[in-house]
Amino acid sequence: MSDVSLTVNGRKVSASVEDRTLLVHFLRENLGLTGTHVGCDTSQCGACVVHVDGKAVKSCTMLAAQASGSTVVTIEGLADGADLHPVQAAFKENHGLQCGFCTPGMIMSATDMINRHPQGLDEATVRAELEGNICRCTGYHNIVKAILAASEEMSKAGKGKAKKAA
Amino acid sequence: MYSVNYHRASSVADAAKLSKKGDAKFLSGGMTLIPAMKTRLAAPSDLVDLTYIAELKGITVSGKTVTIGGATTHAEVAANAKLKSVCPAICHLAAHIGDPHVRHRGTIGGSIANNDPAADYPAALLALSATIVTNKREISADKYFTGLFETALKEGEIVTGVTFTAPAKAGYSKFPNPASRYAMTGVFVAKGKDGVRVAVTGAGEDGVFRSKPIEAALAKKFDAAALEGVSVPSAGLMSDLHASAEYRANLVVVMAKRAVAAANA
Ligand SMILES: Cc1cc2nc3c(=O)[nH]c(=O)nc-3n(C[C@H](O)[C@H](O)[C@H](O)COP(=O)(O)OP(=O)(O)OC[C@H]3O[C@@H](n4cnc5c(N)ncnc54)[C@H](O)[C@@H]3O)c2cc1C
Ligand code: FES
Ligand code: FES
Repeated sequence: MSDVSLTVNGRKVSASVEDRTLLVHFLRENLGLTGTHVGCDTSQCGACVVHVDGKAVKSCTMLAAQASGSTVVTIEGLADGADLHPVQAAFKENHGLQCGFCTPGMIMSATDMINRHPQGLDEATVRAELEGNICRCTGYHNIVKAILAASEEMSKAGKGKAKKAA
Repeated sequence: MYSVNYHRASSVADAAKLSKKGDAKFLSGGMTLIPAMKTRLAAPSDLVDLTYIAELKGITVSGKTVTIGGATTHAEVAANAKLKSVCPAICHLAAHIGDPHVRHRGTIGGSIANNDPAADYPAALLALSATIVTNKREISADKYFTGLFETALKEGEIVTGVTFTAPAKAGYSKFPNPASRYAMTGVFVAKGKDGVRVAVTGAGEDGVFRSKPIEAALAKKFDAAALEGVSVPSAGLMSDLHASAEYRANLVVVMAKRAVAAANA
């Protein structure tokens, strides 16, 4: 057994888990955070993507014990109370989901992608960056549209802040 | 996944000691080992986590000499500005391994310890005439990659890093498998002080190899045009559900042309 302590969505959590426990199972079963999904056994679909210490990772391919000491953000940690995160709002606005199974992973990947491209995104970059996220419903078109819209929205917001600060 | 005991190593020496437990395996990014454990293809009794060992991380560039720590992630290699200034080809290669999430965790040490016949790094290290540094010795890339998922590493030996001299020109081009993004054929070309070296991954039955016909043609003129009409034998190349050996033989030439064009760009 391993004693693991993490900060998940701003909350400190500790538990004793079997060493083989995957981070995704720890999130879903120990913490009841079932927004993070499991869509495959082969580390390919990206339904399980969360942020560990600020980086998008596949929580199905990491042990909870490996993540001990880290800060984790899941889909449940994105919204600010009733206010959706800009990426969530853009998925809603642009109809970026159908069944919704891939959506938590898509949104966590999208926020990571936007954070890593502060200069902005274009369609080809978004499509290449979505390599690790599979959607069986949408044909990706509206997902790409939503991410581009969110990226624009967030850079506007960023600029706004910078202006205020200046 | 079968039951396993997890250990977090604090240093290379600590990891070497911990690896003596039962049927232990090193755990780096986990992007190969954990999927294999989930499907029960691998069942180590103990895992020795290398990712918290500071001495295994980071990239140093001094003049033309590049050193990359064994636990350095693909994302770190892809984004390193100093490395990009002396050898952009290896950054390009790292930026096209799998997907962003895999690149955030997967490491160069894990990739070359695993030596998947379709992995990208083996082609780079062989073409760059790199040295693989372990906690016990230094091994030249020529001697290190010994076959399918086979390397010169001994039981309990840890890849602490790789080092190479940045060549005047280098380029990498892969034809990614449309589903997995692993190389269906990938070619790394390098033109350094010892001439032209060309390494091919994803195509050989015994893993990564150097292509002599392509090296000979590029030694005359380091230009994609020099490969017009050059062919490589399909003997010794893989045939599987993705592609026949003949198809791969053609891809070797096509990818080599693109890699040279990238190197000259
Ligand atoms: C969806 C997906 C797509 C991928 N696509 C590609 C691709 O396009 N190209 C490509 O090249 N790879 C690809 N990979 C593999 C990826 O690059 C892995 O990161 C890599 O093969 C293994 O590195 P790791 O750090 O994750 O090692 P791990 O999985 O932790 O370990 C792999 C093996 O190496 C051993 N090991 C690890 N580190 C060391 C060390 N320092 N010294 C000695 N032994 C060690 C372990 O014991 C284990 O046997 C992909 C993986 C996934 C899941
Ligand atoms: S569940 Fe993690 S990649 Fe599919
Ligand atoms: S919306 Fe159904 S899998 Fe993407």
